[in-house]
Amino acid sequence: MSAPTLEENTASHETPGTRFFPPFVITPELQAEADARISHYPDHKRSATLPLLHIVQHHFGYISAASIDWVANKLGLEPIKVLEVVTFYPGFRQSAPGKFHIRICRTLSCAMGGSYELMERLCELTGIDRSQSDSHHHPIAVSPCGKFSVEFAECLASCGTAPVCLVNDDFHEGVAAGKAEELLAKYDPHV
Amino acid sequence: MITYTKPPHPREYRLIFKNVDREGWDPSIECYLQDGGYEDLKKAFALQPKEITEEVKKSGLRGRGGAGFPTGMKWTFIPPNNTKPVYLICNADESEPGTFKDRYILHQDPHQLLEGMVISCFAVGAHTAYIYIREEFPEAARIMERAIEEARARNFVGRNVLGSGFDLEIHVHRGAGAYICGEETGLIESLEGKRPYPRIKPPYFPAALGLYMCPTIVNNVESLCHVKHIIRMGGDEYAKLGVARNTGTRILCVSGDVKNPGYFEVEVGKLTMRELLYELCGGPKDGREFKAVIPGGSSSKILRCDESYKLRNPDGSERQLGFWDIQLDFDTLAACGSMAGSGGVIVLDDTRKISWVLNNLNTFYAHESCGQCTPCREGSAWMKKISDRIVSGEASAKDLETLESVAYQIDGRTICAFGEASSWPVEAIIAKFRDELLADTKPDNAARPHNPEEEAQRRFLAETR
Repeated sequence: MSAPTLEENTASHETPGTRFFPPFVITPELQAEADARISHYPDHKRSATLPLLHIVQHHFGYISAASIDWVANKLGLEPIKVLEVVTFYPGFRQSAPGKFHIRICRTLSCAMGGSYELMERLCELTGIDRSQSDSHHHPIAVSPCGKFSVEFAECLASCGTAPVCLVNDDFHEGVAAGKAEELLAKYDPHV
Repeated sequence: MITYTKPPHPREYRLIFKNVDREGWDPSIECYLQDGGYEDLKKAFALQPKEITEEVKKSGLRGRGGAGFPTGMKWTFIPPNNTKPVYLICNADESEPGTFKDRYILHQDPHQLLEGMVISCFAVGAHTAYIYIREEFPEAARIMERAIEEARARNFVGRNVLGSGFDLEIHVHRGAGAYICGEETGLIESLEGKRPYPRIKPPYFPAALGLYMCPTIVNNVESLCHVKHIIRMGGDEYAKLGVARNTGTRILCVSGDVKNPGYFEVEVGKLTMRELLYELCGGPKDGREFKAVIPGGSSSKILRCDESYKLRNPDGSERQLGFWDIQLDFDTLAACGSMAGSGGVIVLDDTRKISWVLNNLNTFYAHESCGQCTPCREGSAWMKKISDRIVSGEASAKDLETLESVAYQIDGRTICAFGEASSWPVEAIIAKFRDELLADTKPDNAARPHNPEEEAQRRFLAETR
């Protein structure tokens, strides 16, 4: 797949969150981190596809065409083999989320515990407009300032402490809508 | 004397969750070793691999991931004349709605899982093992990686483990948010770096043709932890826990409309539904009444609290069993038309509209269908669309019939069990709550177009007629 074709088929676009993430650059540290992961799969480099994409997303916020190309090269794959993985898994995103990405559990126990109300309240407090969001192609909505973004996630496996959410890598349980302000204040005192 | 920050209920039997919420406990190897950790591994190395498998078979352990397949038997499916490398995968993709047991093991007691894994790897002859952790557990992935390093430093993992001559590498592999990766062949595809489209069985039984087409054993986190205790207690002694054919302990995860939701580790089959919901969970919330229970994760068929079931006794006679007297084990729940599944019990009370519950589940399955098989890909999306209409009051009685027929056209027609997982809840909810769903429909809606395209089409047809 040529670079322009890959570019065309990657759904990356500028979001208010973009400014919080560094552009994709290949550094010796990145190479070393990737090589260490690849070593976990002797003779089967392709297995490192997900781990490498996680590394990219962790450092750069999202997965761009350039990073897909890098992963593909690293693993000796056609870029399409990496792109098809990126587009399948809900855990990979092709555009920048907010600096703090909030994933709210939407599934039954959390919905009964008030996760939809939590989502509504968080959007109200951060000025996020979810009217253009859908569960498949545009799950993430970013606040105008780029500091926060929200997404409904399917079952986060903590149904006994519903409703729950993840903010970046931090897990929060028992977050009823009334605690939304307190939650946001942990990340941005100005909300 | 063990004390807990959140004391277990007196009816609980803590085996796997012994260290969960334990006062002064942390996930470090020092803490685990002080408590007698890795002693069972030493015991296991004194046995032959075949003897370990034999103990696990004797214990009667059934897989805790959902299907309840006997773990020891699964291990024996590796072809006897195999010359390829054998892999063991720990399925830590905990993603069945209603289930939240593995989370606590991974976060609070990683070495228990590692010890169980090393013993299991030795038993099946695996020199490489992976822990497939769902992406939504980033902290757990870090804790497990740290635990593996700690174990390696003390030679519980690595080359020549404890001088036994047995080499073993364990790696953490993170998923990326797809429910289907909990299905063992989907998980294997994902671990190979591909889209997790499940493989068809036969021929792709993982024990024969798994990861990289090599024999692969995929076991749930809880199942692997049990192996450690089986070695400690001996298979026969372990089998005394629980009831016949349903041995050991299991962790029930209760969520939804009860006073005290949470996890409860109990002997399998020693507890009835009434005891679980009233004694352990404190009954319904004030002023409410229990309506229905989803007993084994969202894919299991719903049970109404006012139902009773006809069960066949071993001597062929029949007996009547009321909902509240159901023993929570694999066989009784199966006989009542549902399943014990992953142990996730979701409780609904009389304030819940069943159409809303149905729609929530349909949304989940429509989102999580991998799209490989047409009945499931199209069907799950249609089931969601139709239940959307029921919830918004735009459905007619005919829609309910269509919904039911869609569900029955998925079930049994797909490569993996996701087809059943998505259609069983729909089939059961319609069969058991038909009147309530019908009350949400209006006959006039049958004449209404469902979307702008259909409206335009009708106008066009009317004009050209």
